[in-house]
Amino acid sequence: MTNTFIIAWKETRSYFSSPTAYVVGAMFLILTGVFFVFDMTRPFAEASVRGYINWATLFIVFLAPLLTMRLLAEEQKLGTLELLLTSPVRDWEVVIGKYLASLATLATTLAFTLFYVALLFYFGNPDVGPLFSAYLGLYLYAAAALAIGIMASSLSGNQIVAAVVGIGILLMLTNIDRIGALLQGVSADVISGISMNAHFEDFSRGVLDSSHVVYFLSLIAVFLFITVRSLETRRWR
Amino acid sequence: MIEIEHVSKYYGDFPAVTDISFSVKKGEILGFLGPNGAGKSTTMKMLTGFLPPSSGTVRIAGSDIVSDSLEARRHIGYLPETVPLYTDMDVTDYLKFMGRIRGMSSNHVNQRTNEVIDLVNLGEYRKTHIGKLSKGYKQRVGIAQAILHEPDVLILDEPTIGIDPIQVVETRRLIKDLGGEHTVVISSHILPEVSMICERVIIINDGQIVAEDTPEMLATRLKGIERIELDVKGPSKDIADTIEAIEGVTALEHQYVQNGGHTTYLITSNAEIELRSKLASAIIGGGWELLRLQSIGMSLEDIFLQVTTDEYIPDDTAVVVVVEEAQQG
Repeated sequence: MTNTFIIAWKETRSYFSSPTAYVVGAMFLILTGVFFVFDMTRPFAEASVRGYINWATLFIVFLAPLLTMRLLAEEQKLGTLELLLTSPVRDWEVVIGKYLASLATLATTLAFTLFYVALLFYFGNPDVGPLFSAYLGLYLYAAAALAIGIMASSLSGNQIVAAVVGIGILLMLTNIDRIGALLQGVSADVISGISMNAHFEDFSRGVLDSSHVVYFLSLIAVFLFITVRSLETRRWR
Repeated sequence: MIEIEHVSKYYGDFPAVTDISFSVKKGEILGFLGPNGAGKSTTMKMLTGFLPPSSGTVRIAGSDIVSDSLEARRHIGYLPETVPLYTDMDVTDYLKFMGRIRGMSSNHVNQRTNEVIDLVNLGEYRKTHIGKLSKGYKQRVGIAQAILHEPDVLILDEPTIGIDPIQVVETRRLIKDLGGEHTVVISSHILPEVSMICERVIIINDGQIVAEDTPEMLATRLKGIERIELDVKGPSKDIADTIEAIEGVTALEHQYVQNGGHTTYLITSNAEIELRSKLASAIIGGGWELLRLQSIGMSLEDIFLQVTTDEYIPDDTAVVVVVEEAQQG
């Protein structure tokens, strides 16, 4: 476990000593800021984050893989993975450590958006419950997106490939409920059941359902597991 | 300390290494010698557990590298051929990180990092980003991370490539000093280096061990053959017949007509018989001019060539002689 934190600490420092974290963070804040303003300046706007937080999930789809694309792809490209994996470190410690670093970075960025919430409280009287559930959902959504991103990063030594594959999987997983809506019966339920957006909807509405929390946590677990496996099979390739 | 038994490695159908076995005792420095693509790096990667062998077992300090990988890896310091480093970190931070993930305590890491940086002469670059270092300095960082945690087993894949001659000498001395306490395996295709540093040499070619001995023994092993080269002025066919008729000459390998009108002959013989005086008197007795008579020993290079190529190429040596003479003339 110590190894996980050593790796997480190293990666977090690396995020903040390179432009990646700042650029990705700034883009996210600019975009969410713009959509927050649009949302607030509509007539009869309500004091909630619901409008902008749906946009935030879309930006996460594109920005999370950009944050994670480096994590394992660069190690493969530079060959540093060879030193890392010949050290007395377990594969999962490497994966979890790197994942935690990306999580810390994106969580920090998301924390800056609490400024909008502060504005809501200053100028209006928002409901605390929906705010809380929306942010819990947003963090879970981001955490799942990062897990998918790191999985994509483990596939090859090419960061662009990692980013594209990550965004592709995310776009599919987030919007697959639109296909589900066209179908009927069990298949419709199954397809909607795996959609990230379908599970996120309740959070943004202020409904806290444990099944959605379980869904996102399982998604994280599954993709981290695939990442560890992908790292293992890399030795056989 | 290191035991390799019947190890093979296939990339798909391609056999990179086939059925190699050897062991290295504690404190020994083993040289791993071979031409490019012989399977040196593959073997190194299997020793460190980065690549699992297709068959056979590798044990480091008694632990199997596959089934008890973590324990085995604790004993290893490794410098891959490509010297992979995190280019966005500075030297000190990088070494500290490498020390920490190898299970060193924070205090121990700080102390050792300073020691090792001084040992490889990186004192001025403690806080320099690795990406900005030149190739030679990067190599030093690579060596520093390999010895940082004082591993029992040190595996260095071509450690002196890309560094300047002064540093090469220092690195070799460093490696030599590390033997005794540490078990060292280095791969190289530089022969003098191996004969200088190593107590034992394994020559590998096409994924198979073709020779294994001390550098001295390898050199003497092929000393059963002696080669003599001579320049004679006169009718070359008669001279060749005369030479071949002398007892003890196993072969007249080569003759080459030189610009000066004389001919160079390369003879191999049985080392037990002193041939030079016989050759000299036979040629002078024939009434020809003997311009030069020289015995040519076998260097480690010759042995290397001999065991790694199917055919020994005496023509090459003769050509070298021609060039030398052209320079002298």
